Amino acid sequence: MATDLITNELSESKPSDEIGEINKYDFRTVSTAIFKARKGIDAEIVNQISDMKSEPDWMRSFRLRSLEIFESKPMPTWGGDVSLDFQDIYYYLKPTDHQGKTWDDVPQEIKETFDKLGIPEAEKKYLAGVKAQFESEVVYGSLQEDLAKKGVIFTDTDTAVREHSELLRQYFGNIIPPEDNKFAALNSAVWSGGSFIYIPPGVKVEFPLQAYFRINAESMGQFERTLIIVDEGAQIHYVEGCTAPMYTTESLHSAVVEVIVKRGGRCRYTTIQNWANNIYNLVTKRAMAYRDATMEWVDGNLGSHLTMKYPAVYMMEPGARGEILSIAFSSKGQHQDAGAKLVHCAPNTTGRIISKSISKNGGRSSYRGLVKIQKGAVKSKCNVVCDALILDPASRSDTYPYIEVEEQDVSVGHEASVSRIGEEQLFYLTSRGLTESEASTMIVSGFVEPLIKELPMEYAVEMNRLIQLQMEGSVG
Amino acid sequence: MTDTLTIRNLHVSVGDTPILKGVDLELKRGETHALMGPNGCGKSTLGMALMGHPNYEVTAGEIVLNGTNVLEMRPDERARAGLFMAFQRPVAIPGVKLADFLRHATTNVRRPDRKEGEDLIPMREFRQELKSKMQQLKIDPEFARRYVNDGFSGGEMKRAEILQLAMLEPKFAILDETDSGLDADAVLLASQSIAEIGRKQIGLLIITHHDKLLEHNRPDYTHVMLGGRIVETGGIELAQELHARGYDRIRQTYPEAAADNSAMAKGEALPLGA
Repeated sequence: MATDLITNELSESKPSDEIGEINKYDFRTVSTAIFKARKGIDAEIVNQISDMKSEPDWMRSFRLRSLEIFESKPMPTWGGDVSLDFQDIYYYLKPTDHQGKTWDDVPQEIKETFDKLGIPEAEKKYLAGVKAQFESEVVYGSLQEDLAKKGVIFTDTDTAVREHSELLRQYFGNIIPPEDNKFAALNSAVWSGGSFIYIPPGVKVEFPLQAYFRINAESMGQFERTLIIVDEGAQIHYVEGCTAPMYTTESLHSAVVEVIVKRGGRCRYTTIQNWANNIYNLVTKRAMAYRDATMEWVDGNLGSHLTMKYPAVYMMEPGARGEILSIAFSSKGQHQDAGAKLVHCAPNTTGRIISKSISKNGGRSSYRGLVKIQKGAVKSKCNVVCDALILDPASRSDTYPYIEVEEQDVSVGHEASVSRIGEEQLFYLTSRGLTESEASTMIVSGFVEPLIKELPMEYAVEMNRLIQLQMEGSVG
Repeated sequence: MTDTLTIRNLHVSVGDTPILKGVDLELKRGETHALMGPNGCGKSTLGMALMGHPNYEVTAGEIVLNGTNVLEMRPDERARAGLFMAFQRPVAIPGVKLADFLRHATTNVRRPDRKEGEDLIPMREFRQELKSKMQQLKIDPEFARRYVNDGFSGGEMKRAEILQLAMLEPKFAILDETDSGLDADAVLLASQSIAEIGRKQIGLLIITHHDKLLEHNRPDYTHVMLGGRIVETGGIELAQELHARGYDRIRQTYPEAAADNSAMAKGEALPLGA
């Protein structure tokens, strides 16, 4: 098959060995799965997943319908080159038969994995709750007791199908239906794990809830499904981190994230992903913000072979605000096709996109964004700023801004800039005693500073550290 | 032994254009040298070549610091060895706070063997020192939180350069028109600050058009550059003469260099100004 050829070629030419950025995320855990479906995707596999999870019929038929949509939809002709053989991926791997309520409940080798990633430590210091997903299933979950007492739900989505079915069914697949795009359909067919969050009216969760997604096995597909409902006047900051070890074959991460922010509510969703360079990261994220509600996506895209991800906010009622802050970093053999979508559906809605991309060592970063102001959304305001920094002549940056305005009395701003690290900047900093690589790193940190400073301190430190890691060895 | 910076028969080109055509100069730590000359004579080029700007190619001659060949050193190694240049037009580094940059720079210069990733000077210690130096230079402490040269006024840029000089405590400093573009008060403040920091600790090479800076930093030697060469060296009286009467006598005395200089000044499309 032609696709096999392409896949092999790609894996051969993949720079796994040449990449000097071996880091603390690149380690493999020897772990025995208690169940691993055979490779490939078809109705049998989808049924098997549903059987394993003892799901209700409605979910099984949702999956099977989604599979048909996935199979019938063509590959997108835009964005990145998804030359991935979908039949050469494991779609379901169950690492353990139960979810730990304490870390001691988690199988030793998996616990050690998350120890190395610093999750239990962060949990003790500054998190209100944690979900840790290993391959297809959430293996650990916690939530501060006082939040549970206030009615906050933070569970994995599989548990939510069983225990919060009524609430879940109101929204599940409504924000992002399987028809939306090929990868949303794929996720809908084989989804497993992910977070389900409900914040009751008026409850403000002070510390972040964090989910951590780890792919460990080779040729693995991870398809978590997250649904967040922020009720009226409630507040939440949800953070997800994602990593995987490096293999020469491709792995696939294709998530669907749906968020609803009701009247006066506020949700910030922060992603700090640092995928290995063999991962195809094809994710659909969308939020609906109602009257006077605020939705913010903070999207840090590091690593992966190809990322296609455009977090969206639909501002459904007057006074809604949508904000998307996006950082993309692409290096050798990487293409970040990342961006944002803001759809103004009601009057007096406000949107803002700030995108910063960095390309080095032949990497390619694309900003792809849509701002849409629908008929009737009068007095809406939207501002887009996208800046690209290119570190060397081999690297590339593209900007694809789409703006559709169907109303007169609105304000839409768009600014874009592309710059290269200036020789004069490097000289200035090195003439003060910084090495060339320290100087480049400093210039890059400065470039992303306006976004980083929006993050809570712990995550700002993490982002800066990841960027430094990407920068290491960047100057020959 | 006194630290010595020696420049011998230095030839420097930018692209294919020769700018410096054999410069000889010896600076001892604690001395103040004034470098004067009409526009385009190569004063700034000498500074850039001393710091190792990649566009300024040394085609002949040598620069030696205490017996060590400076030409083989990268700009960061030169800084760690004790060379400093206050730029005429420093570039902006958006998003990088002056304090963060200075902490990094100060650490590297004070610990020349520091490897990348090793600890910086402790924050508290650094802040205290920075604060006291800023006070001494009458700089608002808020300044440290601004992004390096980003949106700075001309005066602010020059003061930031002087602050860096004060923090990095080099052996030798080239001040490239640190007084240009400033109003009279600012020139006075800059002159006093340099005098206070310098106070015989630094070998100063002051490139200037004005006399204020030299009033407070009385030169031991004055050098006149014309057409890429130092054509005359004297004491303070030479600086005074040039301020009072300009370069006509120099041009008449060295017609060949004067011809070179006018050719160079015409071709002033050089990067950064020669």
